[in-house]
Amino acid sequence: MSDFRIPLGSGAEIVIDFITETFGVVFDIIRAIVNVAYEAVDAVLVLPPFWVIIAVFVALALAARGWKFAVGTAVGLVLIVGVDQWENAMDTLALVLVASVITIAIAIPLGIVAAKSDLASGIIRPILDFMQTMPAFVYLIPALILFRIGVVPGIVATIIFALAPGVRLTELGIRGVDREVVEAGQAFGASPRRILRQIQLPLAMPTIMAGINQVIMLSLSMVVIAGMVGAKGLGAQVVASLNRIDVALGFEAGLAVVILAIFLDRMTSALGGGSTPIGRILAAKKSATIVPTIRDLEPVRS
Amino acid sequence: MTENIAVKAENLYKVFGRRPAEAAKKLAAGASRDDVASLGTAAVIDTSFEVKSGEIFVVMGLSGSGKSTLIRMLNGLLDATSGTVTVAGKSLMGISAAELREVRRSSISMVFQHFALLPHRTVIDNVAYGLEVQGVGREERLARASKIIGLVGLDGRADSMPSELSGGMQQRVGLARALAADTDVLLMDEAFSALDPLIRREMQQQLIELQAELGKTIIFITHDLNEAMFLGDRIAVMRDGRIVQIGSPEEILTDPANDYVAQFVHDVDRARVLTATSVMEPVRSVVTVTAGPRAALRTMRDLQTSATFVLNRDGSLAGVVRDKDVMRQVKAGDTELRSIIREDATTVSPDTLLVDLVELSVGTDLPIAVIDGTSRLLGVIPRVTLLAALGNVSSATGELPTIEPATTIPISLISEALALEGVAQ
Repeated sequence: MSDFRIPLGSGAEIVIDFITETFGVVFDIIRAIVNVAYEAVDAVLVLPPFWVIIAVFVALALAARGWKFAVGTAVGLVLIVGVDQWENAMDTLALVLVASVITIAIAIPLGIVAAKSDLASGIIRPILDFMQTMPAFVYLIPALILFRIGVVPGIVATIIFALAPGVRLTELGIRGVDREVVEAGQAFGASPRRILRQIQLPLAMPTIMAGINQVIMLSLSMVVIAGMVGAKGLGAQVVASLNRIDVALGFEAGLAVVILAIFLDRMTSALGGGSTPIGRILAAKKSATIVPTIRDLEPVRS
Repeated sequence: MTENIAVKAENLYKVFGRRPAEAAKKLAAGASRDDVASLGTAAVIDTSFEVKSGEIFVVMGLSGSGKSTLIRMLNGLLDATSGTVTVAGKSLMGISAAELREVRRSSISMVFQHFALLPHRTVIDNVAYGLEVQGVGREERLARASKIIGLVGLDGRADSMPSELSGGMQQRVGLARALAADTDVLLMDEAFSALDPLIRREMQQQLIELQAELGKTIIFITHDLNEAMFLGDRIAVMRDGRIVQIGSPEEILTDPANDYVAQFVHDVDRARVLTATSVMEPVRSVVTVTAGPRAALRTMRDLQTSATFVLNRDGSLAGVVRDKDVMRQVKAGDTELRSIIREDATTVSPDTLLVDLVELSVGTDLPIAVIDGTSRLLGVIPRVTLLAALGNVSSATGELPTIEPATTIPISLISEALALEGVAQ
């Protein structure tokens, strides 16, 4: 063995130490905000009786995909209640929702910037590659140092892990918009902001929704890891079952994760499709607002 | 009368690639497109033209000739590497993005090859898009859009989504969107190329009607020469980034600037482009009504024809006299030519297309007379001239025998009659 050794790891450590010392206050503030958001969402999901929440979810499922999905949702959620994982599942759902919302709030603007500028795309892409392929456990170490034990480091690690598909698919969606349609916007003198809002984002929406779907799925897959750093919920149950070699608990908690995953996946992919009942309702609303105006204009036309 | 210049391009260059400015400089100094290939791809080279207000200016060229790049420089979608573009008196060079948007809103709109409609908006919202960008209120822009929708023949489709319409209808929406923006200049980038031939012809016709009605300045890009000939008041032919000829359809057809243009126009349906004016010949066999039968007979003898056109004193066409009638009159000593004028001459206006002359030409043995609005005789088209024009026989191949109809009376007899007359007097 030679003495050749690049001190990369200790370098990273020094950087994290520096950040902790210098920006400790900032991270305390972030921790507080994320914590409040999580507690609020968690309270909404956990405090009402379980059947109220189930009723709401079934109604959403009915609106998004129809009665089959509604029945499946009802059966799945009742099953979670039946194996006594309801509260854990709602904790997990709150974590996923908060993490996903923050991720999307970061990912979509980043994706837009990457789509607009080749330079930004060239900088963002390798960072995303890095974030996505670095084992997720590794994020937990600095996250733990910066945010201390609890739900927040779990959410932060989840955000970093789930960010990439949100950014990538937003960029892909906007870059994939027909160039001629964007040119049309330009040719009529629309500002870049208007083109983004009225042409690029609406036309990229199916792809962006696919990205959001991926963000939510990846967030859900991170719950177990979040459980390792003290987040409540199904992840904590899985970690506990692993420590105790408790097959029964592991299966029940795992099954609850799967049920949540299927519900969230079908729900979000339905919203992206446009051919869903909700999509149809939106379309109907749109034409309903236009039809009367046209009728009012009949005398002008003739 | 001074003509308004709507769009003016001066020495435009566009080079894509690593060092465009350097490439443009070299091209300006006389380097060829291949010489600068290492610096970039020269799409448009030293292009200058003026488009008059209210004219349809067609830029024609094959794919890769730079016409789409050229049209995109006219509204600033692409920046010129060098040269200037002036729209409605305002130069687009070096102006801010906001000013450029203002020019696009107020002066110049565009119709796209693949329609480029907003697929998530209804037809009327698409048509009103330009007005929306201009900041016109919803009520008013929908009212104006409805009017334009009626104008382009899309009544009843205002609330359809673009995907529910056929290609021709979608392009009508594209056209309506550009018209609704109410700019003086319309850029049309291969606007009808994606449509099937029947619809295309219909749209071309409609465009001409709309242009006549609204008086827009239209710059139309196409690779289809027949389309260019049909639509264009003037045509610019592009090749390898340069404009090789600018002229009216007839000039391009009858007087191509080089072999490339000549080869290009070879397959054009000439009968639908050329008009009576471009093929007619000067009238030789003609007398005025006051000249009398002797003069008429002498003219016919000299030109060896059996009929001659007769003009009134004001130069308008009175009709035709035949040699037999004139002979009879000369022998009878009658001097009133007017009494034997036949009014069976076939007349056409100067802008009649050749395709419409063929049938007329078959129906008469006389040359077709081309007359203007005041019946003034401008020229004649003998049948052989018409055939030569249709067959694209070059006029350089020598004198065409255009005398017709052939004399029906031996020349000796005519001479004898004239001589007798001379003696009698």
